[in-house]
Amino acid sequence: MVQIKVTDRSQVSPWHTVATLVLSLVAGLAAISVIFLFFGVNPLFALKKIFVGSFGSAYGFKETVTKAIPLMLVGSGLALAFRAKFWNIGAESQLLMGAIFATWVGLNWCPQLPAPVAVPLIFLAGFVGGALWGVIPALLRIRFAINEVISTLMLNYICAEFLTLLIVGPWKGKTKFGFPYTDDLPASAILGVLPGSRIHYVTLFVALAVAVVLAMVVYWTRFGYEVRVIGENPEAGKYAGINFFRTTLIIMAISGGVAGLAGVGEVAGIHHYLSYPDSISSGYGYTGIIVAWLAKLNPLFVILSGLFFAGILVGGDAIQISLGLPAATVQVFNGTLLIFLIMGDYFLKNKVSFHFTTRLQAGAN
Amino acid sequence: MEEIFISVAQRTLVAGTPLLLGTIGEVICERAGILNLGVEGVMAVGAVTAFIVTFTTGNPWLGLAAALIAGILISMTHAFSAITLQANQVVSGLALTMLGLGISGLMGKPYVGKPLAIKLDDLSIPLLADIPYVGPIFFQQSPYFYLAVILALLAWFVLQYTRVGIMIRSTGENPRATETQGINVTRIRYFCVLVGGAFSAMAGAHLSTSYSKSWIEGMTAGRGWIVIALTIFALWNPVRAMLGAFLFGGIFVLQYLLQPLGIPPNFLAMMPYIATLLVLLLGGLRDARKLNAPAMLGEPYRRGER
Repeated sequence: MVQIKVTDRSQVSPWHTVATLVLSLVAGLAAISVIFLFFGVNPLFALKKIFVGSFGSAYGFKETVTKAIPLMLVGSGLALAFRAKFWNIGAESQLLMGAIFATWVGLNWCPQLPAPVAVPLIFLAGFVGGALWGVIPALLRIRFAINEVISTLMLNYICAEFLTLLIVGPWKGKTKFGFPYTDDLPASAILGVLPGSRIHYVTLFVALAVAVVLAMVVYWTRFGYEVRVIGENPEAGKYAGINFFRTTLIIMAISGGVAGLAGVGEVAGIHHYLSYPDSISSGYGYTGIIVAWLAKLNPLFVILSGLFFAGILVGGDAIQISLGLPAATVQVFNGTLLIFLIMGDYFLKNKVSFHFTTRLQAGAN
Repeated sequence: MEEIFISVAQRTLVAGTPLLLGTIGEVICERAGILNLGVEGVMAVGAVTAFIVTFTTGNPWLGLAAALIAGILISMTHAFSAITLQANQVVSGLALTMLGLGISGLMGKPYVGKPLAIKLDDLSIPLLADIPYVGPIFFQQSPYFYLAVILALLAWFVLQYTRVGIMIRSTGENPRATETQGINVTRIRYFCVLVGGAFSAMAGAHLSTSYSKSWIEGMTAGRGWIVIALTIFALWNPVRAMLGAFLFGGIFVLQYLLQPLGIPPNFLAMMPYIATLLVLLLGGLRDARKLNAPAMLGEPYRRGER
C-alpha cells in the first residue's frame, strides 16, 4: 500500500528549484510528444526539427536571438507586474502601442535628426506609448475595481484594431503601392543589425540592460520591496504605509513601457515600417507570460527563459513549414509547458513523499 | 422597417447565445470559488470538435455531445492544477486557453474553409411562433437559443433553491465551514469546473455548427474573455447573465448594421471590447462590496489547514 504524504517545504534550495524546473520542462515536452503522436506526427522527428531549427544551426540560432529580444523585454516587465500580483495580460498591445508611438515619432520628427538623437528618441517614444497603455488598466483596477486580466485583454483587441485602422487609413504609406503599411522610417531611425543576421543589437543591449536593472530594482530597492509586499501580503503593505495607487501605477508604467521598447525594436530593427499587428508581434506579449513564469519572476533569469522560448517560437516555425502544421502549434507548446511549470510549483511548495507500507502497518495506523 | 427590426432582434439573440452559455458555465464555476480563465480555449475546442463530428457524421447533436466530452476532458487540466495542486488560478486558466486554442488549431487544420452541409434548422414553437413580432423574434430560433435560456433558468433555480446549489455557493464563500458540514469541497469544485467546461464547449459548438457553420482558427474571437467580464456584470447570477449576453449580442449585430454607414470596420470591431470595459466601469462605480463576488473566489483551498 502506498501512502502519499504532503508536508510544507520550509526551505527550497536553488538546486532543487532548477531540478524541478528542468523536470517540469521535460515532462511538458513528453506531454507535447504524446499530443504530436496523437496527430500523426513523429514526436522525435518534430523535437529534433525544433532543436535544429532553433539552437542547432547558425541560421536558427541567429533567429532565436532575434526573437529573444522582445521576449526578454516583455518577460522582465511582466515579471515585475506579476510579482505584485498584477496580472498584466496586455503586454501584446503595450508592445504594439510602443511600435505605434515610435513610428509616429520616427516618421514625423526623425528625418531631420541624426541617428544618435533619433534612436534614443524613438525608444523614448516607444516606452511612453507602452507605459501610457499600461497605466490604463492600473487606473481601472485601483479606481474602479476592474479586473486587470479582462481590461488588459480588451485593450489588446482594441489596440490591434486601432493599429489596423491607422495603417489602412490615415497612416497608409504613399510609397507602399496601396499596401496597408506606413512609409519606411528614415534611415537615422533604423536600427543596425549584426552582419548576416536580423539581430538588432541596440535593442538586444537595451533588453539585457533592462533585465539586469529590473532585477536590481526588485531585490535591492525600497520600491522592489514594496512590489513584493503588495504581491505577497497586501494587508501588511497597508500597515507599512505603502501607497498602493502610486506603486501600482509605477509598476504598470514600467511593465508597459519595456513592452513598448520591444515594439520599437520590432518596427525599427526588423520591419522598418508599421504593418499588421500579427506581423509586428507574433504573440510575444502572451509568450512573455510563460517566459516570466519559467524565470520564477526573476528579471535576470528572464534572459535565459526568453532565449528558451524564442527557440520554441523559431523551432515551431521550422516544423510548421516542414511538417505542414498550423500556426497554433506554438500555442500547444506554450500551453502545455505552462501547465507543467505550474504543476512543478506544487513540488517546490510542498514536500511529497511516498511511504510504502505493508497492509498490516497501514491497518495499524 | 418592421422586417429589419425583427431580423436585428433575432440576430441579437443568436449572437448572444454563445455568450450566455459561456457565462452560465463561468457563473457556476466561480460560485464554487474557482476562477476559470480558460473559457476562450475550451470554447475553441468545443467549436472544432462539434464541427468535425458534425461534418463526418452529419448529425449536429452528435457534434454537441462530442464537444461536451472534449470540453470536460480539457477542463480537467485546470481542475487538477487549480484544485488538487492549489496552483495560481490566473496562470492555470491562461495555460488552458493557450492549450485549447493550440489544440483546436491542430485538430481543425484539415477542415478549414469546408462548409457544413448539414445545417441545424431553426426550431419553430407551434402557436407561439405566430404571435406578431414576438413570435418570429423569440420562437423561431436556433435550438441553442432555447437551450441557453432554459439552462440559464435552470442554473439559477439550482443555485438559488436546491441543496446542491447551496453546497456550491457555500464552497465559494467559506470552504472550511462547508467541509465541517461533511461536504467534500474538492468534489464540488471539480464538478463545477467540469460543468463550466461543458458550457463553454457548448458555446463553441453553437458557433461552429449553428452560428457560422464553418471552422476557422480563432473564430471564438475573444468571446471567452467577454464571458469572464459578463460573469462580473451578471453579479454571478445566471438570470442577469441573460441581460448581459443579449446586450452584447446586440453590439455584435450593431457592427454589421453600421458598416454601410461608412464607419471604418476596424473601429466597429473595437465596439464589443470597448463596451466590455464600459460595462465593467459602470459596475466599478458601485461599492465593490455590493458586487457580491464569492468571497473565496480564486483562493486555493487546502484541507486541514487553519
